[in-house]
Formats: sequence, C-alpha cells, structure tokens
Amino acid sequence: MSVAATVERKLRDRFAPVRLTVTDDSHRHAGHAGARPEGETHFSVTIVSAAFAGLGRVARQRLVYAALAEELAGGIHALSLTTLAPGEADSNQNV
Amino acid sequence: MDTATQERIRQQISESPVVLFMKGTPVFPQCGFSAAVVQILSHLGVKFKGVDVLSDPSVRQGIKEFSNWPTIPQLYVKGEFIGGCDIVREMFESGELQQVLEEKGVPVRA
Repeated sequence: MSVAATVERKLRDRFAPVRLTVTDDSHRHAGHAGARPEGETHFSVTIVSAAFAGLGRVARQRLVYAALAEELAGGIHALSLTTLAPGEADSNQNV
Repeated sequence: MDTATQERIRQQISESPVVLFMKGTPVFPQCGFSAAVVQILSHLGVKFKGVDVLSDPSVRQGIKEFSNWPTIPQLYVKGEFIGGCDIVREMFESGELQQVLEEKGVPVRA
C-alpha cells in the first residue's frame, strides 16, 4: 500500500471525516533534504471531522500526529495539516 | 530525553520572549517550513531567537518530546508553545498571531 493510501486509511478509521484530502506534494520538494527519489515524503492533509469540534489548533494537530506516529517516525518527512470541524470554513478556522 | 537537554530547552524558552526552534538560522533557513515562519515573524517586526536544531541533535529530538510535537519548526512565545508552521500561518492570516503576541507584551509592527 502506498504511504498516501495508508495515511488516508488511518485517518478515516480514526476520525470518520466528512471530508478528507491527502495530497502528495513530494514532486515539489524533489532534490531537497528529506526527499527520496521515489517520492512519498511530503504530504498535505485537509481533514474535516466532528472529532475536532471544541478543540484548539494544537490539540487537533496532536491527534492527527498521534494517529500517524508510525508514518512520521518512518518515511514521512513533512506533513502540512488543515484540521477543521464541520461548519468551519478553510479560511477562518479560528471562528 | 535527558534532564540536561530538558533543562537547556526550558532555559532557552524562558530567556527570550519569542523563540523559534528551526532548521537553519533566521538568516539561512534550511527548510521551507522554517523559512515561512521566519518570514511571518520578520514581516511583523517581531524580535525572536532562532534555535538551529540541525546544529544540536539532542535539542532536535528533545524539543519534539518536550512539546509533544513531532515536527520542526516550533514557535514559543513567553514560554508557551504556539504551534508549528501551519498553525502560525493560519493565526497570522486571521490576525490571531498578532493578537496573541500583543497580549503577551511582544511588540508587533502595525
């Protein structure tokens, strides 16, 4: 299974998201420290889940990091996160 | 993490009001995510201390455990963990970062 597919499966199992996008940005970091020729090192994740309601940004990202601890300790070099509760727009997460 | 490292980190975040644990230095960031936070702080005219984790493997690992946060960069204001690159960027865009800095008595360029 690809790293992206593993990430997606783990996040679905853990957070039952209403929306989830996992994007492999590795091509944008080719040749940069931490990049591997085969890619799958740099990811962006946007996840909308009721699990985040009432939590601050730090707490939300800690939950995601915990769910992906194995991947972060292994191949993933960078993970950019947008964590939203249902009803929050991407642009104003603080509201 | 050994006690000495823990103590050193505690000292670093208490000695300066704004501390950024980063890869590289504020002048020569070695990672795009660290560079993005440097750029935001510079844009706000915030004086900060950069701690280059690449030059100190014990801090590189230690800060992750200390903050319970697995990635670099990490921003501390007045000893309090604020977040990593995504959070700093979101807070900057919403104006919340400026607000937090001002509330904590850190001068921000208007």
